[in-house]
Amino acid sequence: MTPKRKRKLTIILGLVSLAAVAVGLTLYALRANINLFFSPIQIAAGDAPFERQIRAGGMVKEGTVSRNPDSLDVEFVVTDYVEDLEVRYSGILPDLFREGQGVVVVGELQPSGEFRADQVLARHDENYMPPEVAEALEDAGYSPADFKTEGSESDSAKSEDS
Amino acid sequence: MWAFIHKLGSPKWFYGISQRLQPWFWVVALVLIAVGTVWGLAFAPADYQQGNSFRIIYVHVPSAFLAQSIFVTMAVAGVIFMVWKIKIADMAAAVMAPLGAAMTFISLFSGAVWGVPTWGTWWMWDARLTSMLILLFLYLGVIALRGAFASRDSASRAASVLAMVGVINIPIIKYSVDWWYTLHQPASFTLTERPAMPTEMWLPLLIMVVGFYCFFIAVTLLRTRTEILRREANKRWVRELAGEAN
Repeated sequence: MTPKRKRKLTIILGLVSLAAVAVGLTLYALRANINLFFSPIQIAAGDAPFERQIRAGGMVKEGTVSRNPDSLDVEFVVTDYVEDLEVRYSGILPDLFREGQGVVVVGELQPSGEFRADQVLARHDENYMPPEVAEALEDAGYSPADFKTEGSESDSAKSEDS
Repeated sequence: MWAFIHKLGSPKWFYGISQRLQPWFWVVALVLIAVGTVWGLAFAPADYQQGNSFRIIYVHVPSAFLAQSIFVTMAVAGVIFMVWKIKIADMAAAVMAPLGAAMTFISLFSGAVWGVPTWGTWWMWDARLTSMLILLFLYLGVIALRGAFASRDSASRAASVLAMVGVINIPIIKYSVDWWYTLHQPASFTLTERPAMPTEMWLPLLIMVVGFYCFFIAVTLLRTRTEILRREANKRWVRELAGEAN
């Protein structure tokens, strides 16, 4: 490599790494805004504002979904298995909504600690499975959730500091 | 090794070798994409939760892979052009930008179509979706920059710099689902880990991914050849080639 080319390569690498550091610091500073939702832990710690449009996310706690038979009103608890958040919603739920499923709820947190949702979005994990396999697992007394890779549990560890 | 790389930098030699390589990539790409499409859409099992909408994965994941790989390739070609002044690297970078933009669009669009039945929304400003949208804008920026300069050399240099700096977005896309809370789930199919699905689901996906990559190589070879003829139109060997054809 000629000295001139070497100098050019150094300049390019220098500029790109400077830009990378700048972007990295910006993203780090904005991490609270980049996170799509508050976890129940963060809400319990008082990180989320009241009566402003926010999003909260977690798992629908098993056995907590109660529907009003005369309307579309539904109540359920969103949990990260440490803290719980009570959610009230009136409207159509996505097909993937069920107990034990990940959800993101959009709405306002009330001072009473209850969350009034305008929209419920379902999350799903990265584990795909044919229905027969899922059925066979359930027949054998397992839940498909028991066979998840470690990656799917990582959500709870994310950005506790934000 | 160095002699081979040197030869590869010569447009004339590249024109010759790409002519021989190109048909193979077309055949392999078309066969794999045809097999993968039929297998994925008709024979692979549906998902236990999502049912048939899961099959969008067979288009969504390969196009998202390609969108990111093409950008990295473009950035590497940009470095080669800027440091070693190898023109063919710039020609290749110029012709792959529109394909990369198209792949980014396909992955965003198929993701939106997939999002409606599963998540309940077609768009959400989460880190993965937003960084992918930024990638689309970076591609459009690269394409626009190439057209914005009167001199080709300035255009090439500006586009190369944007590609090199823009490549910072690629690790952000990849790790966005790990670093932040997102609506998008973590990766289910990576080069380094066992796929999070059974073989009869990931095998057609792998076939599609390899097919898409072959398609990318075939398109790039074809378009680079055209670009060579366009840019080297005054060179003797191109004129002789044209003379022969007439």
